[in-house]
Amino acid sequence: MPEISRDEVAHLADLARIDLSDAELDHLAPQLAKILESVASISAAVSDDVPATSHPIPLTNVFRDDVVTPGLTAEEALAMAPATDQQRFSVPRILGDEQ
Amino acid sequence: MTDLLKKSAAELAELLAEGSVTSVALTQACLDRISEVDTGDNGVHAFLHVDAEGAIAAAAASDARRAKGELLSPLDGVPIAVKDVLTTIGQPTTCGSKILEGWVPPYDATVVARLKAAGLPILGKTNMDEFAMGSSTEHSAYGPTRNPWALDRIPGGSGGGSAAAVAAFEAPLAIGTDTGGSIRQPGAVTGTVGVKPTYGAISRYGLVAMANSLDQVGPVTRTVLDSALLQELIGGHDPLDSTSISEPIPSVVDAARLGASGDLTGVKVGVIQELTTGEGWQPGVMARFDESLELLRDAGAEIVEVSCPSFEHALAAYYLIMPCEASSNLAKFDAMRYGLRVTPDGDPSAEEVMRASRDAGFGDEVKRRIILGTYALSSGYYDAYYGQAQKVRTLIQRDFAAAFEQADVLVSPTAPTTAWKLGEKLDDPLAMYKGDLATIPSNLAGVPGISVPAGLADEDGLPVGFQVLAPAKADDRVYRVGAALETLLEKKWGGPLLDKAPVLEGVAR
Repeated sequence: MPEISRDEVAHLADLARIDLSDAELDHLAPQLAKILESVASISAAVSDDVPATSHPIPLTNVFRDDVVTPGLTAEEALAMAPATDQQRFSVPRILGDEQ
Repeated sequence: MTDLLKKSAAELAELLAEGSVTSVALTQACLDRISEVDTGDNGVHAFLHVDAEGAIAAAAASDARRAKGELLSPLDGVPIAVKDVLTTIGQPTTCGSKILEGWVPPYDATVVARLKAAGLPILGKTNMDEFAMGSSTEHSAYGPTRNPWALDRIPGGSGGGSAAAVAAFEAPLAIGTDTGGSIRQPGAVTGTVGVKPTYGAISRYGLVAMANSLDQVGPVTRTVLDSALLQELIGGHDPLDSTSISEPIPSVVDAARLGASGDLTGVKVGVIQELTTGEGWQPGVMARFDESLELLRDAGAEIVEVSCPSFEHALAAYYLIMPCEASSNLAKFDAMRYGLRVTPDGDPSAEEVMRASRDAGFGDEVKRRIILGTYALSSGYYDAYYGQAQKVRTLIQRDFAAAFEQADVLVSPTAPTTAWKLGEKLDDPLAMYKGDLATIPSNLAGVPGISVPAGLADEDGLPVGFQVLAPAKADDRVYRVGAALETLLEKKWGGPLLDKAPVLEGVAR
């Protein structure tokens, strides 16, 4: 099992889109290493011939008729938005200057 | 405190029916009790939001219906508290997180809609570990809930608010959710009843997901019959939740009434060896467990030993599958459409706003689990972690299947210890996780479980829970055995366990 370094935690936080401060990294990285160590036994717990289970109760695809049902109004959907403009969600710029 | 508050929901329904109390009077009594014990620095703090006006209006509407003889359900007019992870029109839904502070959802969870349609006034929203991640309710961004038995101790988690509300007689009924024990463990440490039904027996629509394949809504009450009445009210198929079970399950109310006779002749009870032997089990917990087992034997049950060897790996499998699902689920908190938006100085991009918002909005435990899940789902680690955990899940299901060949129900203590002191394990995630040892296997396998109060541990005088598990869709069995044990224990004690709890009057002041 690979260990998890402080740099790796920083990289994972980046992937997860969380700005961790240096203090947070110092605090969380050793804890995560300890948690991973405790779950490491799992790699040897099962042989290859055991199938995986993703869902507790076996299910087949669930379909419904394609009928129109009432949804949220624009007002309801926008009511709790951080910012709105012309009945739309208003978001910060998504591209940099160079793009 | 008026005697009214100590009544069970079933008794309250009778009092309402015979006209000796109104829903308005009952709801007001709950609200007064909440003011009395819940607020202030030393209050129980079971509630994050109290909707006095809405609850009284709903109660008045119930009384008006009753006057016309047009009741909506057997529990019409009996007030209830709802865990703050289920969406409610008109009431904030924060999931115990700063990222959803003040968020008022535009739709009701199916469970909430069913409560409203059944005429139950909703008192408010109960405290919880942030996004249901924790076993102590200390991970709430709005401060911990205190255990009504000892205000310096944890009420369990993540649903400590719902359990404490019921234990402190602030509400006769509450709704909880259980992903790895969040209904049953708080039930155990507060001396109340909690049920995790079969996965899919109650709709998850409008439940803010932590781990979809494990999350389950269920009842939090003071008696087994009350839990059964509540499960029948909120359960059943929901077209809005494709994973909800479409076929009917046997009546759990009938099962609870049958069990209350105290006769278990012909019932085979399997004691899970892996959850009753070895280290880490508090002596007082085991003493109450053993006594309860003897009572079941005296009531005619046949006690057998069963072994579930894969349970050894359940905790590891759970603490991989859950963070993987949680990290995916929480990706939706991106500061764009709802929730907290933190804008750094300058002209930040959407991605920079997202990073800053998620850092400010999520607490430590949520960050730990998101990063753990991101790691375990990363290319190169996926097979070693997530893939293996899913295989362990298969082995655990096989263990359950084999055990249920030998016994009708399986039993263990609900939690290995009684309530610990606030702060004791707050920054030691592994120590906290180990408290879920006995409850996690049933979530991995989707089977139902109940926790029933089993008495007080000798060493600290704090409540102990007795857990009963049954095969999927056989929820009736946990109610039958749970109700039987409740009857037998209360006969021995001369009344409910909560009669021994501190009165708490004036703690909020």
